[in-house]
Amino acid sequence: MRKTLFENLLKPPLTEPGPRADEPEIAELAAKLGDAARARLGRSLSIRQVDAGSCNACELEIHALSNAFYDLERFGLRFVASPRHADVLLVTGPVTKNMREALLRTYDATPSPKWVVAAGVCALDGGVFFGSYACVGGVSAVIPVDLHIPGCPPTPMALLSGLLALLSASAGGGGPDVGSAPSGGSGVRL
Amino acid sequence: MPTLAKAIAQGRRIEAHRPWPRIVADDPLWQALASRLADGRCSLLGLWGDVGAVHMALLDETENFVAIVTNECPDGRYPSVGRFHPPALRFERAARDLFGLAPIALPDTRPWLDHGEWGVSHPLGAVAPAMAPTAPTYSFLAAEGEGLHQIPVGPVHAGIIEPGHFRFTASGETIVRLEERLGYAHKGVEQLMIGKSIVEAARLAGRISGDSTVAYAYAFARAVEAAVGLEPPSRAIWLRALMAELERLANHLGDIGAICNDASFALIQAHCAILRERVLRAAAICFGHRLMMDCIVPGGVGVDLSAQGAGEIRALIDLVARTFPNLVSLYDNTASLQDRTVGTGRLSIALAQQYACGGYVGRASGRSFDIRKDLAYQPYDALTFDTPTLLEGDVNARVWIRIREVEQSLSLIGSIVDRLPAGTLKAETIPTAGEGIAIVEGFRGDVLAWLRLDQRGRIARCHMRDPSWLQWPLLEAAIEGNIVADFPLCNKSFNCSYSGHDL
Repeated sequence: MRKTLFENLLKPPLTEPGPRADEPEIAELAAKLGDAARARLGRSLSIRQVDAGSCNACELEIHALSNAFYDLERFGLRFVASPRHADVLLVTGPVTKNMREALLRTYDATPSPKWVVAAGVCALDGGVFFGSYACVGGVSAVIPVDLHIPGCPPTPMALLSGLLALLSASAGGGGPDVGSAPSGGSGVRL
Repeated sequence: MPTLAKAIAQGRRIEAHRPWPRIVADDPLWQALASRLADGRCSLLGLWGDVGAVHMALLDETENFVAIVTNECPDGRYPSVGRFHPPALRFERAARDLFGLAPIALPDTRPWLDHGEWGVSHPLGAVAPAMAPTAPTYSFLAAEGEGLHQIPVGPVHAGIIEPGHFRFTASGETIVRLEERLGYAHKGVEQLMIGKSIVEAARLAGRISGDSTVAYAYAFARAVEAAVGLEPPSRAIWLRALMAELERLANHLGDIGAICNDASFALIQAHCAILRERVLRAAAICFGHRLMMDCIVPGGVGVDLSAQGAGEIRALIDLVARTFPNLVSLYDNTASLQDRTVGTGRLSIALAQQYACGGYVGRASGRSFDIRKDLAYQPYDALTFDTPTLLEGDVNARVWIRIREVEQSLSLIGSIVDRLPAGTLKAETIPTAGEGIAIVEGFRGDVLAWLRLDQRGRIARCHMRDPSWLQWPLLEAAIEGNIVADFPLCNKSFNCSYSGHDL
């Protein structure tokens, strides 16, 4: 282990492009996301991921955000284990009817102010699962959605860009949901 | 003792079914085959419903023979297989939910995929429901004793994983019983398939379990080709295997890291995640999609590998072959990590055999079955590789199987790129009726695709069986006697698909 750790001390970081200048898009992303997040929430934004019946491809790419190339946490974005700790719900999947209730309860358990990001084609309108007896067909049919990130699945870079867009929009005045009842919801749920 | 091939000879053979035979069995033959399963003389690959019929896929491992057996039951009632052979239980419960087929004397009559939320009962069934509507509450199996307590977990979990519910009964820290409740990711895929063109259906097949999108598209395409009697061009056959091995490599690298991370050893996870990302990036450069979704199509492949792409892949396997051994020795030489993985979540050889459990879960518990070898398909019949097998059945063994499979996949990828034949990418499919089955070795185990095409060449019925169907029940057994805190570790070492199972 010492050898592996030592070798890595001598290697340049893999993280793109924080230190690398040849991809201005990501450098700009890092700077902008940093400013917007600080303005709104201090230095961090906590994300709770909810799989509402995806095929798990979206989860694979969301996982990739934590690898050394994308290093999500340097932007002050991090995944948390409970909706009660979250500012953002990142929802994937066509929202199966069997997950509808769980998604609503997760939303209700998230304190305001909160944002909902729907990731992937399925989360927009059900995607290839549109019209199924077992799917609600899109996150916005159950809870209000602030942002949709397209892709099947969205690439890690698309996910990062999407989260930036959300922050820019919210800093520009289009505030988050501050506790209105979810559309299609039936008020307080235990 | 008659072989499976002889046993099914009494049934009526369906000529349109390829490549393995499908026979129609009356109740006595169906029951005889169920007891053959119960005696361990053959294995159950899957069981699924149809309109007025139920099918099961059987495997005779001694002679590598597969047969599909159909029980026609216009009244919706057929003799339960699960009554004699527990691996059939969840299949029968699922077929009951979807088709309203009632297995006679089914020991567990609780619904499985149907949570009472669909607004319909038996969405795929055309027969009149033979049972009462689904009850809205689900009663978990009881565990009684002094000081036992229950811990409900899910369907929304603490990590970034798929939805499923786990009900633990624990005595202090020790798990006395785990019961899974799945179906949260049920998307109604089998109904959506009906009436689709094979092109549309292939896209759907590739989204049943995203981590195995290549394996699913591969199995679906081969089932279509079997049904219509089509041979894809040789370049396509080899490119498919290349994609399948890249998928296996990426997933195993991700899993090895994630298992170590669940034992709180983040260093290996960090390095494995880098290697996995490099595989996905190479795939994106070569085939235009990081997970290679929709790259395999019925008739061949949708994208070619350029000379530059071949160079990318060679560079990738050089890099992985150079850096991976360091991670393996780090795993092997870290006693605190081994302390978590050795002896944890042990799955017995007998259960792995009974459930015909595939992939790393089966191989870590002594079942060496590998479709690429035992029911070999092109181009694997022309390639040399080993199927690693261990007997310990613990988390450590499942890690080592993955490590060895990474090495085998690297070698396979090298051979495939070197020997890739030139030529066209796709043979045109002619719309025609037929029935086909294909089984493909995905990273998790054997993915089975069975389908029937109508006269216009559209999907009349398609069933795809994820390897997880035969692995999920074994997680319940493997976890018994372990501490609750080791559940994530055990679960990750199985890494079953929720979406692939729930369909």
